[in-house]
Order: sequence, then structure tokens, then C-alpha cells
Amino acid sequence: MNVAVAIDQIPQDAMPSASEAGPAPKRIVVAYGFWIFLLSDIIMFAALFASYAVLVRSTAGGPTGAQLFNQVTVAIETACLLVSSYTCGLMSLAVNSGRHLRTYLGALITFVLGAAFLALEIREFASMIAIGATPERSAFLSAFFTLVGCHGLHVTLGLIWLAVMMVQLAVMGFTSAVQRRLACFSLFWHALDIVWVGLFTVVYLMGVSR
Amino acid sequence: MTEARYDRAPGDRPTREMHASAPSEFLVYTIGLLVALLLTATSFWAANTTLLWPGGVFLGLAVLAIAQMGIHLVFFLHVTTGPESTNNVLALAFGVLIVFVVVAGSMWIVADMNQNMMMPSPAPMSMQMRH
Repeated sequence: MNVAVAIDQIPQDAMPSASEAGPAPKRIVVAYGFWIFLLSDIIMFAALFASYAVLVRSTAGGPTGAQLFNQVTVAIETACLLVSSYTCGLMSLAVNSGRHLRTYLGALITFVLGAAFLALEIREFASMIAIGATPERSAFLSAFFTLVGCHGLHVTLGLIWLAVMMVQLAVMGFTSAVQRRLACFSLFWHALDIVWVGLFTVVYLMGVSR
Repeated sequence: MTEARYDRAPGDRPTREMHASAPSEFLVYTIGLLVALLLTATSFWAANTTLLWPGGVFLGLAVLAIAQMGIHLVFFLHVTTGPESTNNVLALAFGVLIVFVVVAGSMWIVADMNQNMMMPSPAPMSMQMRH
């Protein structure tokens, strides 16, 4: 095959492929690396899910999930986290188009909804502990508090991260570093919502309908 | 030579050539929210209703949860089947494989060991009954 003819047949206005154009911009590399981290985080949650699924019937004569869980609270928590995921997406749109007011508004709603989720979860934990359903009561409760508490800890860290990002945005403006961090934050927040989907299904709905 | 065809990071803003054909990002998020709300409501209904055969509720809840995770991935994280998203999908596929191995493998092994632990003497049997 004539190489020169073959090269001539390549359209000149075609964009170079990734292998010809050199390394991808930092924005893409950072977000992809954070995506890998999130997948490893989800694998950690999978281990906690597995231990919960193994231990869910080991109540040692203590209270079962059907006696402890309040579905109304769980429904409100789920709605809070889902809508906060949506407003977080709208916030990242505002970041992409460089709009300050919309970014702050999106971040504020996301923060308030995330904090409401956390408050409901802490209240649920406190009411369980008040009636003696503590983590040391049974293997089921140990697994429950580890799994749900780990998710709650992630939400807490996410809220702190969001607050720090808003300070950085106010001080530094829409620099590329702030934009990258905000993109990573919205990935983190969406991933937390994905974990919560598995959590409310496996722990709460399957626990109650048993 | 305008813009190189790089892979796209999850949740990244759309590239220029995607802008022309794709629906607005706001619409994408809104559709995702509505579908996710619908699936969540269905999950809560299925867990509480008496209309369904109880044996099938578990499977239905699992299917609804997996569907909702897919909705989140596509509409919120923008993980698509496009060629610029191949790396993201491959990483996700590997993650899903490990998650499946960890969860299904653990449950399988422990269930198997539970069965092997059953002794012929009556004392451990009563332990088994007392869940």
C-alpha cells in the first residue's frame, strides 16, 4: 500500500486523536483521577455492605431493623440528598459559565439540604441509642452503625469541603484550580447519592419489608 | 487543528462539538431528578404495598436501585457510552466487577460456612433458631 497516498486520504481538518495531541489538560486528568478514587471508595462501601448483608439476621435477641427503622424519616432523608445532588449539578453548571450568584445559591441550597440530611440521621441514631439499640448490642447493629455511619461521615466531610470551597471561591475567584476542585466536589457529592440509593434500598426498605 | 479529541472526565463540561446536538445541561439534570424521584417513590411503594407477591419484592427493589444508580451515572455524572468516555466506563466496569465479587462472594462463602456449621446435636440447632 502506498503510504503517501494513504496519508493524503486523511482529511486535513480532522482533529488529532488523544495519542497524537499529547497529555490531556489538567482538568481532565484531575477529574479522572478523582473518579478512580471514588470507585475505590465505592469498593470500600461494598465491603461494608457485604458485612451488613452477612450480619443482618444476627440480632442476638435484640431489636431488628423492622422494629427500629422509621420509613418517613428515611424518605425525607432520601429526598434531601437527591435534591441536593440536583442543586449540586446546577451549581457545577453555574461554575462552568462563571456565574457567581448562581454558584453561591446552588452551594447554599446543597449545603442546607445536606445538613438537613445529616441532622435527621443524627436524630435517628440518637433515638436508637436512647432505647438501647447501641452498636455493641448485636452484630446486626454494629454492621448497621458502621455502614450508615460511614456514609454520614462522608456527607459531613462533603459539607466541610463545600464550605471550604465557597471560601476559596470568595477569596480566589473562578481560577482553574477552584474550578477543578469544585468539579471534584460535585463528583464526590453525586457518588454519595449513588451509595445512598444502595443504602436505603438494602438497609431500610429490604429491612422493613422482611 | 482546532481542539484535540481528548477523553472526557466524568461530570466534565461538554466539549464544543457536543454543544450543537446535545440537549441543554439544565434539562439533563432535571430529567435525571424527575426519573430518580419516580424510581425512589416506586421503591418506597413496593416495600410497603400488599398488592405484590412478597417473594418478588426483594428482586424488584434491587432492580429499582440498580436502575436508579444507572440514572445517576448517566444524568448526573455524565458517564456515557460515547467514545470519549471509554476510560471512565472501563474504570467503572472494573469497579462494578470488584463490588460484585466482594458482595456476592462474601454472602456466598458465609452462607456455605453457615450450612457446614450445622451440628447434629440439638444445642447448636437451638442457637441457629434464635435469630
